[in-house]
Amino acid sequence: MLINCPFCGPRAENEFVFGGSSADNCEVATENTTALTDYLYFRNNPKGWNIEYWVHRHGCQSWLEVERHTVTHEIRRTQLTKDHP
Amino acid sequence: MTTVYPSRSGELVASGGEVVRFTFDGRPMRALPGDTLASALLAEGKHLCARSFKLHRPRGIMSAGYEEPSALVSVRYRGTEEPNTRATQIVLKDGMEIRSQHAWPSVEHDAFSILNRFGRFLPAGFYYKTFMGPKGAWPFYEKIIRHMAGLGKVPTEKPNAEYESTYAHCDVLVAGAGAAGLSAAIAAARSGARVLIAEDQVEAGLGLIGSQATIDGLPAKIWAKQLVEELQQNPHVRFLRATTVVGIYDHNFIVLAERLPELNGKGNQPSQRLWKVRAKEAVFAIGAVERPLLFANNDLPGVMLAGSVEAYIDRFGVRPGSSVVVATSHDGGYYSAARLAASGIGVVAVVDTREQAGEGAMREVEALGIEVLRSTEVIEAKGRGHVEGVRVRGRRNGKYRSLSCDLLAVSGGWNPNVHLHAHTRAETVYDSEIGSFRPGPTKPHVYNAGSCNGTFSLSDVVKEGHLAGLAAAQACGYEPASHVWSVSDTRNFIPCPPDRVPEGLNEKRTFVDFQNDVTIADIRLANRESYSAVEHLKRYTTLGMGTDQGKLGNVNGLKVLSHIQGQPDALPAPTTFRPPFTPLTFGAIAGGERAHHPLRRTAAHDFHEQAGAMPVFNGYWQRPQLYRRPGETDLQAVNREVLHVRSQVGLIDVSTLGKIDIQGSDAVELIERVYINGFRKLKVGHGRYGVMLREDGMLLDDGVTVRLGENHFLMSASTGHIQEVYEHLTNLLQTKWKDLDVVVTDVTENWFTCALAGPKARDVLEGLVENIDVSKEALPFLGAASGRIAGMPARIFRISFSGELAYEINVPSNYGAALWAKLLDHGKEMGLSPYGTEAMGVLRVEKGFFIVGRDADGRSTPFDIGIGRMINRNKHFVGSDALQLSAFADEGRRQLIGLMPVDKSLPIPRGASLVPNTPDFEKSPPIGFVTSMVYSPHTGCYIALALLEGGRSRLGEKVIAVAPTASKHTLVEVVEPIFVDKEGVKLHA
Repeated sequence: MLINCPFCGPRAENEFVFGGSSADNCEVATENTTALTDYLYFRNNPKGWNIEYWVHRHGCQSWLEVERHTVTHEIRRTQLTKDHP
Repeated sequence: MTTVYPSRSGELVASGGEVVRFTFDGRPMRALPGDTLASALLAEGKHLCARSFKLHRPRGIMSAGYEEPSALVSVRYRGTEEPNTRATQIVLKDGMEIRSQHAWPSVEHDAFSILNRFGRFLPAGFYYKTFMGPKGAWPFYEKIIRHMAGLGKVPTEKPNAEYESTYAHCDVLVAGAGAAGLSAAIAAARSGARVLIAEDQVEAGLGLIGSQATIDGLPAKIWAKQLVEELQQNPHVRFLRATTVVGIYDHNFIVLAERLPELNGKGNQPSQRLWKVRAKEAVFAIGAVERPLLFANNDLPGVMLAGSVEAYIDRFGVRPGSSVVVATSHDGGYYSAARLAASGIGVVAVVDTREQAGEGAMREVEALGIEVLRSTEVIEAKGRGHVEGVRVRGRRNGKYRSLSCDLLAVSGGWNPNVHLHAHTRAETVYDSEIGSFRPGPTKPHVYNAGSCNGTFSLSDVVKEGHLAGLAAAQACGYEPASHVWSVSDTRNFIPCPPDRVPEGLNEKRTFVDFQNDVTIADIRLANRESYSAVEHLKRYTTLGMGTDQGKLGNVNGLKVLSHIQGQPDALPAPTTFRPPFTPLTFGAIAGGERAHHPLRRTAAHDFHEQAGAMPVFNGYWQRPQLYRRPGETDLQAVNREVLHVRSQVGLIDVSTLGKIDIQGSDAVELIERVYINGFRKLKVGHGRYGVMLREDGMLLDDGVTVRLGENHFLMSASTGHIQEVYEHLTNLLQTKWKDLDVVVTDVTENWFTCALAGPKARDVLEGLVENIDVSKEALPFLGAASGRIAGMPARIFRISFSGELAYEINVPSNYGAALWAKLLDHGKEMGLSPYGTEAMGVLRVEKGFFIVGRDADGRSTPFDIGIGRMINRNKHFVGSDALQLSAFADEGRRQLIGLMPVDKSLPIPRGASLVPNTPDFEKSPPIGFVTSMVYSPHTGCYIALALLEGGRSRLGEKVIAVAPTASKHTLVEVVEPIFVDKEGVKLHA
């Protein structure tokens, strides 16, 4: 897979490390034990377009937000996480 | 019996020069340069060269290419042995030793051929129903099965071969250099694109040798040669011969296996080279594979694909027989018959399943006086060990007839190679005209051209290749250089298969998948047992699961299945195609990777090497494990180093530990949020031991963080976790905490760090530092100072991992070697000597200093490790929410404790599990395990750290440390996890 790093350009997948889906990374009401354990231990497994984090470990080491189709691996957006509101 | 040209010549060989000497099953043989093993064997009339997988039936050579199912041999060349190699793909070299496989004592007289008689007890799936009992008998069966199963044997010697892997980028990659591929490559190249074209065979355009067509007035063969020359002269084109495109992955990442690098480059070449190519656009022109016919004993030596017989004549000047019956279902078989006749092979007859052949085809064959049997099916091939004749049956009158021959050339159509197209997860569609599958719509940036696309007329093939090449070049932004090729070919035909499977065949002897001995009977059985979905059929019968991935069998298998299910024209979609297209050696895949692993060395590496330090690898870092002196065992060296540090002073290179520089007005806020303990009040010039957790409350890493300034910290991370810790921080700062004003930088490699440890450490240091007060008062435990040491800029932190009076001295990396040498030289008279990671490991276990990732294995909370007191309850930090979960308050969780053997002369087994001290301890489930174990010269026995359920309430108890796989166990006592200097007096000296 080729990932288009905003700093480094299109680079091979093995320069990056997957950092989880953004949907699994949201704020959670920690007083609610069920919500907390869901957040800590469960992951979504979406089929289709997914917004996720990748870090360019063997490049500029920036964190990227990537919109990827989990079946075809088509990527339609990459952006620095810093730039995403 | 075969006839060989007295002086044999073909497109790839010419006699009159040197011969190639090789052995086959120990017998010396000779061949012409350019011969494959298959052509050399056939030249001497030798067909039989293998025994089949399950039934040990005699097998010969069926094809001339990678689709060969049965003629697999082991090749030994220059100290490297490669099993399961296709005889058709081995280009012979002087000195090759080739052996047949899977037959004993010889391939001619195979003792296991008796299995052929018991075929009915070995149908598909027999191993699911046999070898079930008696209980406990499996190890006995396994030994036998292992001996008999498989084809080649795994070589036991390390290969001598050199493998290489390399990367390339191009605008257009063209797979295949036949008519379509050459046309595509030329179109792209003339448009200005950077082209990489790969051809599986040793030369391009071999399929056009016998063509009678002309292209732009030139004979097709000459046209091909001219294009090859033009491509090779073009500096923007890379042409790789004997190179197979084995797979295409996401975003046009394409892998090629260059099998004979010496054909493509000068000078020293590796044995095999793997190419990893990123192409903007890819054109697949990988052709089609001929389809066998279904009849009894269709696997006999001497039964060959018609086009392949032509190939042996055209390429190698070899006639694989002297009298041939050509059996076919389309006009192509007629043209093959004409070619065979022209080469001097007697054509007994053409047997055609159809009523009517094309006019052109009929004319050519009749002009040669060849008998044509129309509407006739082959029912059975006859012969012992080699084909001696065929039995055929008329479709209209049902009459049988026998024909004698020593060669049976069959052609049941041509199947487009849809593999690469399918690798991209694009669909294939069934084309009822050719009775096979061809590519459906392609994914973006991919094109199919030629017979792999289901296009067979030469004019259309050349045009398709041309348009694909142009489109690919255009997609890369080049101006398309269009050309209209004028193709004149009288031999146009549609290669259709027989419209049905003949009735009344001996189904147990009619082979569909040759490599795995799968017959029509097996497919019928699978269907009867409800394994009729295509993916189930494949796995139940192993149809298509051989090393040939079913190239000659899959489509026929689907035809048979649909015939059995009563819908002969509705073939189900084929099973998933997966890379590699043809088998790859592991050497090619991984062999070149040795050169690509980075080796990280510290600035003092040369010293460690010259001092004879035994190296150990921590990730990619090379570190000195111990410095053995002459006459010492490893253990003696370590014990000496350990004792020396605690009694005098030692020096260890700890540059590999992670260092993260943290600066900004929110520096302290960041640190507060990631550590469990408080750092806000830490004074400048002081350090504090901090522990950080993952979000789920488990230990992530620990280390001393030093405050260098109001808004400036230096965080320490363990060697093994620096990457994780750094990414942990950057992730938080770039996703959740974007508003924090702080910058983190990994400065691990910018500093050389060594630890001076032992009672005399201060004495050594005092003499070398300039303008730094290292007295006990000025630089207390965990204090930090900066200044100069031996003329070099330095930071000195009083941190200790050994539990002794110790100083970590940091200088910029490029001073590292000089500092190390200076320290050892200066400290020599005070007894300073170096120690390695092994001694450091003993020292820290003696003090009970845990290592995250070892003593805390990702399932340990601070409470489990015994540092619950460190938690600052007044703040929120990463992991603090999770720690609230009630499960983590359970006192029965595995807690960190120490272990000592009850009998102090015994060792504790490494990595042992802990079980209660009961008579049946061997059956007990574990209640913990040993995490670190060392010999402690200060305690005089082996000691260990361990995680034990409810460990802290079990001090004084005895449990058993058991390592069942090593058959070891020791009775141990649970103690506090600290063995030396329990009050920590030396630390604060």
